Amino acid sequence: MKARVTVMLKNGVLDPQGKAVHHALTGLGFDGVNAVRQGKVIELDLAETDAVVAEKTVGEMCEKLLANMVIESYKVEIL
Amino acid sequence: MKVGVVVFPGSNCDRDLAVAFQDAGADVTMIWHKDTSLPQGLDLIGVPGGFSFGDYLRCGAIAAQSPICRAVVDHAKAGGYVYGVCNGFQILAETGLLPGALLRNANLKYICKTIPLTVQNTDSAYTSGYQTGQELMIPIAHHDGNYTADADTVSRLQGEGRVAFTYGDNPNGSVGDIAGIFSENKRVLGMMPHPERAADAGHGGTDGKALFKSVVGAVFGALEGA
Repeated sequence: MKARVTVMLKNGVLDPQGKAVHHALTGLGFDGVNAVRQGKVIELDLAETDAVVAEKTVGEMCEKLLANMVIESYKVEIL
Repeated sequence: MKVGVVVFPGSNCDRDLAVAFQDAGADVTMIWHKDTSLPQGLDLIGVPGGFSFGDYLRCGAIAAQSPICRAVVDHAKAGGYVYGVCNGFQILAETGLLPGALLRNANLKYICKTIPLTVQNTDSAYTSGYQTGQELMIPIAHHDGNYTADADTVSRLQGEGRVAFTYGDNPNGSVGDIAGIFSENKRVLGMMPHPERAADAGHGGTDGKALFKSVVGAVFGALEGA
């Protein structure tokens, strides 16, 4: 079973990389972009076959390591 | 006074930190990150700068979960001294020993230069050799030194005298110009600037030397008094 974790900076936490990407897009002539936030995607290949258990376990992985809960939020998708 | 300096793969200020403590009179042991326990009788653990585990995932995140870091957290919780510089500060924040987190510098640049630092609180073993408001010239060398914490945490740190140092001319976007913070008992200090790189005349400056002298002196004094 595969899981995909998306980690983003929390709303309100300054994202200088997102800002730089936004600036570059504007420079390329893409004027309609209101804001850019940059995060990371982590894909996991799991031995677990029960989707409910897998989601709970990956949630624990996020809380302990994959995300820093002081500044980041996460989303788990079981694929 | 016995100091242990933890060495991770990618640490690059471990020997500088060891020499700074040795020059101040401490007996220093290096500790490999795969060890699961600390040598007996250490008074202070130094967590050095560098790029532990290549800064993978987040700066300090992998190191913070290594076996030796569990022992470092236990040492701090038992009232021991822990001193983290640069990547060491990032690691201590990741372990939760110090509040907040270090984000990418606001200007997205790796900054390597000597900058003015203001001593905010001298009521600690680390900073008792300085004067409140004293300006020091200390090198910084980091890409992720932009200290952040929620507004409540920042005002609590400021109110409790737990901001050790602030930047004179904020180089990285840190909230409240914060460059270094203490734990509640002021025995854990994490800071982005590198006093161990300003602790010998050959470095071009010695403003960092008093930090090592005062913490070694304070802990020696406490041991002799006990």
